Amino acid sequence: MNDTLVFHFEVDGEDFTSAGQASVQIKKNLRQLGMSPEVIRRVSIAMYEGEINMVIHAGGGHATVTIEEGYIEIKLEDKGPGIKDIEMAMMEGYSTAPDNVRSLGFGAGMGLPNMKRYTDFMTIESEVGAGTTVTMRVNYA
Amino acid sequence: MKVNTLLSISTLQALHIADGEREITSCYIGDLLSWVMGRAKADSAWITIMSNVNVLAVATLADTSAVILAEGVMPDDEFIAIAKAKGVNLFVSSLPAYESAIALSELLS
Repeated sequence: MNDTLVFHFEVDGEDFTSAGQASVQIKKNLRQLGMSPEVIRRVSIAMYEGEINMVIHAGGGHATVTIEEGYIEIKLEDKGPGIKDIEMAMMEGYSTAPDNVRSLGFGAGMGLPNMKRYTDFMTIESEVGAGTTVTMRVNYA
Repeated sequence: MKVNTLLSISTLQALHIADGEREITSCYIGDLLSWVMGRAKADSAWITIMSNVNVLAVATLADTSAVILAEGVMPDDEFIAIAKAKGVNLFVSSLPAYESAIALSELLS
């Protein structure tokens, strides 16, 4: 693959039921590009967790997926409240999600850990009161 | 086993079969969606009591072969419509999750 492909998505912060549209679209795109099922699964889950986080905590945001030579980069940017303690947020089981979100089966404190689990590289830049940018990469052969 | 094999379990009712020839290689039980995404294997049958539409997004993205709603949980029409649109194999089990898994286990082994 010589050309760099870039996909942009706006993640709607109001709509919990449609959360995942960007991930589902990316899944289709990656399948068309002939990526392996395991790579597609890892990218899809990491991105969905990120989408859900933006809906729960940040009122939505922007997702950019770039297909580079050898890896897929997912960048999730929001202008939400930021993460006070990233180390805590990365711990399995730690969650600040509200009850209405938990009743849907989210808020188990597994979102960020899953994003880390399914990607080869992940960074979180966050400023309280300004927003959060999560960058993830999944390598492919 | 194949998704169609589930039709032989009398306590299961098929609400939508998108791909009856799809293989089921394992089973996972869970209601916390991120937990399911973190732990369920691809091509597993996923047993849950959750019936909000996010379940269908998780099933699609985590590549589970089938969703089985346990305890006789009947989803609303929107849920079934989205399952059809997303191509999710969807069943309802009249049994609790544990007994549903036992019924599957007999066919998986």
